Amino acid sequence: MKVLQFLFTSSIGRKVLMALTGLFLILFLVIHLMGNLQLLKHDEGYAFNKYAWFMTSNPLIKTVSYLLYATILLHAFKGLYLVFANRKARGAKSYGSYNGNANSHWTSRNMGILGTLILAFIIGHMSDFWWEYKFGDIPWTKYETSITDESTMVTDITSENHGVHIRMGVAGDKEVFITKDLYKETVEAFEEGWLVALYLLAMAAIAFHLWHGFSSAFQTLGMNHPRWNPLINGLGKAFSILVPLGFAIIPLYVYLLK
Amino acid sequence: MGSEAMKINLKVWRQPNSKAEGKFETYQLNEVSPDMSFLEMFDVLNEQLITDGGEPVAFDHDCREGICGMCSMFINGRPHGPKQGITTCQLHMRSFKDGDTIVVEPWRAQSFPVIKDLSVDRSAFDRIIASGGFVSVNTGNAVDANSILIPKDTADEAFAAATCIGCGACVAACKNSSAMLFVSAKVSQLSLLPQGKAERENRVIAMVDQMDKEGFGSCTNTGACSAECPKEIDLSNIARMNREYVRAKLVSK
Ligand code: HEM
Ligand code: SF4
Ligand code: FES
Repeated sequence: MKVLQFLFTSSIGRKVLMALTGLFLILFLVIHLMGNLQLLKHDEGYAFNKYAWFMTSNPLIKTVSYLLYATILLHAFKGLYLVFANRKARGAKSYGSYNGNANSHWTSRNMGILGTLILAFIIGHMSDFWWEYKFGDIPWTKYETSITDESTMVTDITSENHGVHIRMGVAGDKEVFITKDLYKETVEAFEEGWLVALYLLAMAAIAFHLWHGFSSAFQTLGMNHPRWNPLINGLGKAFSILVPLGFAIIPLYVYLLK
Repeated sequence: MGSEAMKINLKVWRQPNSKAEGKFETYQLNEVSPDMSFLEMFDVLNEQLITDGGEPVAFDHDCREGICGMCSMFINGRPHGPKQGITTCQLHMRSFKDGDTIVVEPWRAQSFPVIKDLSVDRSAFDRIIASGGFVSVNTGNAVDANSILIPKDTADEAFAAATCIGCGACVAACKNSSAMLFVSAKVSQLSLLPQGKAERENRVIAMVDQMDKEGFGSCTNTGACSAECPKEIDLSNIARMNREYVRAKLVSK
């Protein structure tokens, strides 16, 4: 592991670590969004709950999710460390007048603040949904899907004796799926206007973080080439708008239309 | 030249020595020609200060034609003032308007301590060069021009990187006070060419280590350095240095 020590001890190494963790988080956003978009389906949460169950029970995915938590922590704490170390490099006295807008984009100069907003959101988000889903008091639902005509009967079984495990099985000509209803939990959360507003603010922070961060990660990793730069920059700008927008559509849809 | 003389108000950082606190002082110049360079305007200010029995403003300068890199002045929030691709000595007063107030400060970086007024100590750059910014083989007599073939593109890139004059505007402009543009220009200039390639791993590691030791910040890729660089050194040099550095760390013995 000695060869990788530089990732923690040198200025360039630390930056490479930020870029690698940042790109991993970007990849994660795509997967997360694909899951979330199932909230828009008109199936009373069947697909979304099945997806949530899969994501929390599959051993491979569970391993990746622990890697993800470590990545977020590493990215956030290394990032904040860099912000403070970099501020210190200015010295005891700073400028009386500093015109940053003349030479750089404000997002690039405020990655720490944008990141802190995202971190605050992640903490709130994890306690709202992840903690609730794992340990909280959340509604239970039974889906009975006919194997012959694929019609589904949905029953709220929160007040019944539903057991502790999410499970799926076949009874007669029906597939029975008994699950914690994260769909309902989410939809109810998004009926709160203030929560939707906070969620949108966080998506804006991610958008601005990636407006700079996406292409910046490639530059950090040494990928700067006249033939590829337009593609990377274009992809970065498109990603930073479309992905947060994709996330934002869900609470907006729930709040405005349901 | 027939152009109207201008009134200029100056807010200049005054600091008697490296230990002193320092503060802004305000001065007024009533007869500034638009054709003066910014440094000539400071000469006029200093004449006026000396006549009035005051202490002239200390500022660095040497060539006054944009090649030595000495004239470090942070003008209205930007190194070398409002124009792109020039040094302070190449900035003319016609870039300002009659009645303007101009704020002039020294470069601000922990690694560039103020010596006096606007003059800062940039020997950190010299120590970075001394750590590896050279080719250590004895080259002997000049050889035939084409005995070592170098593709034109490569020669051009190396030459573009070699135009860096070590002025430190990149550090001054950067919100992180990072010296990555300067160091990457030197690393690129040498490692692109066959004579420099032989020592590329040792060089990049030594120079980056020294850069970190001097206390410069790290790079966030804001691009401020390149936008303010009088020689318009390209950000691709930083990408190249990162590549060289990671490669050296992973493969060198
Ligand atoms: C959705 C989650 C996030 C994603 C996808 C993400 C992505 C990125 C990317 C791609 C970069 C550019 C890396 C580079 O310049 O090489 C970056 C930089 C940065 N991120 Fe994040 N990030 C996320 C969350 C956070 C959080 C929670 C923080 C913590 C407070 C944070 C703080 C930073 C900082 C400070 C930088 C700039 C580092 C520097 O100065 O070079 N980010 N991020
Ligand atoms: S890279 Fe540009 S700004 Fe930095 S020292 Fe060299 S010439 Fe000056
Ligand atoms: S005095 Fe030499 S570059 Fe300005």
